[in-house]
Amino acid sequence: MTNRQQVLILYLATSALDSPVVGWSHYDGASDAPTPPVEDRPKPPYPTGLHALRDGWRLIQMSPLMPPAPGAERQVGYLKHEFVFERLVDVD
Amino acid sequence: MYSAPMTEPSDLLTTAEMAKFAALGYLVFESVVPAAINQAALEMFAQTGGADHERAKPRSGTPLDELYPDPSPVGAMLRLPRVQGILTSLLGPDPVFDHDWVHLREGGDLVDQLLHQDCIVDATLAFDVQMFWFPHDVAPGEGGTGLVPGSHLRIVNEADIGRYQNLRGQRDVSGPAGTVAVFHQGLWHRGRAHHGSNRRWMYKLRLNPTVPQVRRWNLDDFEDVHNGPEDHSFATFSNESAAAMFRRPAPWHEHGAGRLETVNRAKLWRYLTGDDDFDADWYLSRTERRARIDRSLG
Repeated sequence: MTNRQQVLILYLATSALDSPVVGWSHYDGASDAPTPPVEDRPKPPYPTGLHALRDGWRLIQMSPLMPPAPGAERQVGYLKHEFVFERLVDVD
Repeated sequence: MYSAPMTEPSDLLTTAEMAKFAALGYLVFESVVPAAINQAALEMFAQTGGADHERAKPRSGTPLDELYPDPSPVGAMLRLPRVQGILTSLLGPDPVFDHDWVHLREGGDLVDQLLHQDCIVDATLAFDVQMFWFPHDVAPGEGGTGLVPGSHLRIVNEADIGRYQNLRGQRDVSGPAGTVAVFHQGLWHRGRAHHGSNRRWMYKLRLNPTVPQVRRWNLDDFEDVHNGPEDHSFATFSNESAAAMFRRPAPWHEHGAGRLETVNRAKLWRYLTGDDDFDADWYLSRTERRARIDRSLG
């Protein structure tokens, strides 16, 4: 028996782990199938990041809080509040 | 032979539509192109299929008015008064050709393209327009281009956003034959899985403006939509104004970034209207006033 990693990335509305999920991605190291297809009007897998913890996902990284770059204080770009979770699953 | 389009004011976009474009970064118009032009285009696209580089193309920089002389289904589409009105409203007169491409997605192709932006960290207020023409019916799930409303003002670089699989509020274009969508160059989008069995065709054209894109649309409703800087949701405000559209975050906007999105939409609206005092929720007014005080200190 060996195991593989599943990765869940949640993008939250604020830096707080218990704030709402606004975006998400999922990669499954235990499956040979393509990355799950994007849905047209999908529903988040969990209401908040805290709900993912309660369902057994282990938090392994969260975005640091960075001051805005001088001169670009009001620029918007990449999603700021990224939380990366993992889960190990047994495979044959 | 070239046929000059006859554009009426009703072919232009309204101020409300332009404000919606500034807020969300795209507009969709159903059944703009008539059946005969759609059918002629499908027959032409089938000649080169997915190898669109084999199709004769204009040179980048060619004026829109000189693209695809008659007889050409693409030229006929571009010279429709409604299409001319939409493009003139967004780009002003005399835009030029950047590039175009016929996108083919076979039925049963279930691979989603990575989310991306057709940009290289673009930070200008002036913007290109990308037009998407679907010459046949596209039902939901049948490969209509996926898009993320309200993403057009994010400063990112091309497919660096490919990690984002799902964002609340994302949607796909669908509609009857002849549907045309116009995107701000910065709008996040991707080719989508096609769960149907037919071949999905889409013609995409990028145009560059050559003049400031200021008040080029039908201004009949301008005073009804455009608001003064005092339109402020914590003081006095309208639910029908441009500011009302700009303060409404997309479902995927983070709470803090949502306010910055309001500010950046307001800056885009200042550019489009030429009104340097425009504001939504007083963010620019208060910070610019403080900056003037700072500067007065020497």
